[in-house]
Amino acid sequence: MTPLYQINIRKTLADEHLEEAIYAATGRLMDHRRKVVAPEVLPDYQELREQARRIKQHTLENLDYYLEQFEQQVTARGGALVWAREGSEAVDFLAELARRKQARLIVKSKSMTTEEIGLRERLEHHNLEIVETDLGEYIIQLAHEKPYHIVAPALHKTRYEVSEIFSRRLGVAAEAVPEKQTEIARQVLRQKFLAADIGVTGANFLVADSGAVVLVENEGNARLTSSAPRVQVAIAGIEKLIPRAQDLAVFLKLLGRSATGQPLTVYTSLLAGPRRPGDPDGPEEFYVVLLDNGRTRVLADRDKRQSLYCIRCGACLNHCPVYRRIGGHNYPWVYSGPIGKILSPQFQGLTQDPWLPFASSLCGACAEVCPVKIEIPRLLLDLRAEIVKAQQGENANRWERLAFRLWAWVMQRPKLYELAGTVAAAVLGEESGQSWISRLPAGLNIGPLRAWLSQRDLPPPGRSFRQLWRLRSSRVG
Amino acid sequence: MPREYILHKVRTALGRSAGQAPAPAPEVRLSIPEWDFEARWRRFADALEKLGGKPERVPTREAARRRVAELVGDGPAVASDAPYLAECGISGLPAVASGFKDAAALRAACASAHYGITSADYALADTGTLVLLCSSQEPRLVSLLPPVHVAVLPAGRMLTGLDELLAILPQPAELTSAMVLITGPSRTADIEQILVRGVHGPGEVHVIVVEQE
Repeated sequence: MTPLYQINIRKTLADEHLEEAIYAATGRLMDHRRKVVAPEVLPDYQELREQARRIKQHTLENLDYYLEQFEQQVTARGGALVWAREGSEAVDFLAELARRKQARLIVKSKSMTTEEIGLRERLEHHNLEIVETDLGEYIIQLAHEKPYHIVAPALHKTRYEVSEIFSRRLGVAAEAVPEKQTEIARQVLRQKFLAADIGVTGANFLVADSGAVVLVENEGNARLTSSAPRVQVAIAGIEKLIPRAQDLAVFLKLLGRSATGQPLTVYTSLLAGPRRPGDPDGPEEFYVVLLDNGRTRVLADRDKRQSLYCIRCGACLNHCPVYRRIGGHNYPWVYSGPIGKILSPQFQGLTQDPWLPFASSLCGACAEVCPVKIEIPRLLLDLRAEIVKAQQGENANRWERLAFRLWAWVMQRPKLYELAGTVAAAVLGEESGQSWISRLPAGLNIGPLRAWLSQRDLPPPGRSFRQLWRLRSSRVG
Repeated sequence: MPREYILHKVRTALGRSAGQAPAPAPEVRLSIPEWDFEARWRRFADALEKLGGKPERVPTREAARRRVAELVGDGPAVASDAPYLAECGISGLPAVASGFKDAAALRAACASAHYGITSADYALADTGTLVLLCSSQEPRLVSLLPPVHVAVLPAGRMLTGLDELLAILPQPAELTSAMVLITGPSRTADIEQILVRGVHGPGEVHVIVVEQE
């Protein structure tokens, strides 16, 4: 039976409009990025990447120190830190806070970490209204979908689909002009901002020496979420820390450029604690929820620890030939693209979706554009090895193992290997120019082999390399 | 306790013990170019114009006041209590409301105003950015709720870029609960990657730089 993920991928591949949309959108994002990291525009781009990687590595290697420094700073500024071992603890904290504050309405800005723990859906079970305020996320929420892309959540939606979603869910007249659609969302969401009791944000960075949450955005919804309601809660993974505010000089330059080709995004907010005495606005209460949810497990793996350097810019998605064909909904978890392929197995377990790290051509484009230099292809290879090992332990295919053992045995005996090749050539016919695999005994033409060969063929066997080499040596000699 | 549990797991993962000092951090990397004001202005104006913002340069505070009066017309406009706006005489313009005594009134005024007028603590030349350290005098909502943002600042506050800002303010959180960098009008490209200005923040941003000392 064909696995579900393959059926879904084929559906995407068969949808020409969707294919075009993904390809065009990621292509544009690639162009935007290329223009702002070019050597004539940003001569020290490579040094910035190197510095960013160094800082991330250093921070993670001393993470307990920076977590405690951050906690102390947040507390000193009148904020409170909440530690959550897993998603449910973060959800429980918010539900309890909402109950204590008699809150009904929560506005929320875009955050992959809250997607990761399914925050919105889980809070809705507590009878709370929780509204996404980033335009793309809002569309996705109304459509009951999950984000298509780390940076551009509604990348797959056309204006006509948005029109349909808005009229169905908001009861407005059909409107297919993006300016007007944006105005509709602005009106609806403005009322939500002004009425909301709690604002929930993510964090692009947590600054240890300042006790600050840094938010990067273009629309202004994160500013409103963190300014209008009485209570602000920022939810972030423990890997989001950087040591000093001054390190932002490196990370902000890389994040906007890698994500959307912007030297700086429209808004960058550095938020440290609740409003200060005399301030007329800003939240009265300020909480930061630090989430583990599997991160300490990844941290313990010295080689793959670098997966936690990720600053969620999405550049690896845009440059990935696989993502650009199959899009963001064919990955099993919220993190899609190359980074999703290395995060999912580590967070969800190796055997949950064992095919995932194998669905890559290892072309290396992701590593080339990663602003923090995560060696994604190498990690994919490591994960493949670990998955095969794990599966062998579980339910190894006896025949497969036997076949590989036979292959290894033959490979180690040159004469025998040569004989096998000669026999194959004789049986299958030299340079027949036709698909010869199909002429193999039916029993061999199975499973993964058949999937592989449905798209390609092996060249017909001729004289072996060893035979040719001997022939050449005898002629020259 | 989740706190102890997580810290313990982190330390176990890293082979560190409680209270252990961190290894030395990589040196801070800031690079600050030497640009005179003319070079800064050129870059600032270029960068902001590219984003659809409106940079302007006026010789005197009085000229700034006249320009703002022209821009906001009959308003309604809200101004922050930044001392520089008072120095320019902008807070006293007839169409401009300012000096709010209570927070709710300020919020309501911001929500219904068409223009929000602020100063800026700094501007960053290479990205066309305004830097606001929010405070009792410079609220968060004035530059955020109205559809048009007008910022007025003296030329001396024009820095080269982010690196210079962080060299001058290594610890912005000491000074404010919210430092906001504003780089052009609010925008989105979430629907078919078509650029739309003015989503939740102002769709129009005017920056008036005053040459007078």
